[in-house]
Amino acid sequence: MSKVVDGLLYSESHEWVKVDGNIAIVGVSDFAQSELGDITYVDMPDEGDEFAAGEEFGALESVKASGELNAPVSGKIVACNAEVEDSPELINEDPYFNWIVKIEMSDSSELEKLLNAAAYAQKCI
Amino acid sequence: MDNQTKTTCLHAEHIALGARMSPFAGFDMPIQYSGIVDEHNAVRQDAGMFDVSHMGEIFVSGPDAAAYVNHVFTNDIRPMKAGDILYGMLLYPDGGVVDDLLVYREFVPDHYLLVVNAANIDKDDAWLREQAAGYDVVIDNRSDAWGQIAVQGPAAEKALTEVLGLPEAAPLTFYTFCESHWGDDRLIISRTGYTGEDGFELYASPASIVQMWRRLLDAGVKPCGLGCRDTLRFEAGLPLYGDELTAEISPVMAGLGMFCKLDKDFIGRDAIAAQKADGVARKLVGICLQDNAIPRAGYPVELEDGTQVGVVTTGYHSISLDKSLCFALVEAKYAALGTALWVRVRKRSFPGEVVKKRFYQTNYKK
Repeated sequence: MSKVVDGLLYSESHEWVKVDGNIAIVGVSDFAQSELGDITYVDMPDEGDEFAAGEEFGALESVKASGELNAPVSGKIVACNAEVEDSPELINEDPYFNWIVKIEMSDSSELEKLLNAAAYAQKCI
Repeated sequence: MDNQTKTTCLHAEHIALGARMSPFAGFDMPIQYSGIVDEHNAVRQDAGMFDVSHMGEIFVSGPDAAAYVNHVFTNDIRPMKAGDILYGMLLYPDGGVVDDLLVYREFVPDHYLLVVNAANIDKDDAWLREQAAGYDVVIDNRSDAWGQIAVQGPAAEKALTEVLGLPEAAPLTFYTFCESHWGDDRLIISRTGYTGEDGFELYASPASIVQMWRRLLDAGVKPCGLGCRDTLRFEAGLPLYGDELTAEISPVMAGLGMFCKLDKDFIGRDAIAAQKADGVARKLVGICLQDNAIPRAGYPVELEDGTQVGVVTTGYHSISLDKSLCFALVEAKYAALGTALWVRVRKRSFPGEVVKKRFYQTNYKK
């Protein structure tokens, strides 16, 4: 059974969002990392890139598979986590601590379309 | 899992171990247990075991068995002694590959065992029967009656001799086998594998295979899935039928022309002779990327200006070598070692160079 953390918001494509003012901190769920297996590479966007909600902003590569990363909300990339870029396995070890990017949201009302922990947990069964 | 999907004799063991299962070649097979990296490293450093019971065992016997096998098989079986094993292919007349396989010369005269890929069992069986006209042979596909475990890694010999009590395994050299027994059951012990490490493949009845699997498991031999079977064979430069050898990718294109002996006749010989003499349009190469981006099957191989000159057939971030590597089929003029090539991974193209396909230094017992 994969772990879901209360207080975070989740996308249907298994990213989580932690809201900090107008910044969305984005990572992937425990379900996503478990499905992918040993993650060996994070294809990061560049800081300053802008993405619409649902648009692919990067990818996670495991030994066997590649999983796209989709922007849960629209906005501009203001930070990429260099630690997970250097050590992608950190995402397997703790997917909720090891965030991937921070997005400066252009429309925070999009957060309402994301799932809460209880609703997301239903998706991971 | 639908009704068409087959299971091996070890299926219940995989479920009990909590393996991640997936359909492969018509069988519901374990992809991984503890994780691909962990299992891969166990084989490189210690020992791991694979359920390869899905592989096909086709027995060929009869007065014309030697002549017939040499007629369908690209390699030359004439120098083989009883207990020898030879790698080669079955080809279509145009040089395309029906399958790649191992031929075992058995200890009974005029008896050969052909070990073929699971996905090709029915195709091979039909092909072999079609080619048998005029030969006094019996072709007996016994794939469902035989199970198989591959025990691979530097500690594989110890696992066979000490855990399974098979001291006869120790003197075997790479690509030889011996006949033994497990209880009253016939057991074939073969010093072969698909990992680049020393190791063995054990052939026996399903009941015996389950007993040996449990005994090895209890002794701490790590169960390994098809996930790391692919990463291991890839690092060792070994082709997979369907990716690096197909009806369209000939042995010459795949760099395996040395397994096609032109000083004898075999189906596809003329096509292979022409390809060897005239060259081929495309060749399989190894590419090492400078970046850690991972080239996957189907990704385009390009020149610096973006012109596509090939396609990736298998690619990984190599676990043992910590490099992003792939096999790719490219236009022959770009196949020389050291040639600069780019691989397009999603939106970006990453530079690399052509390197030897055997990425990893293999450790066979010669």
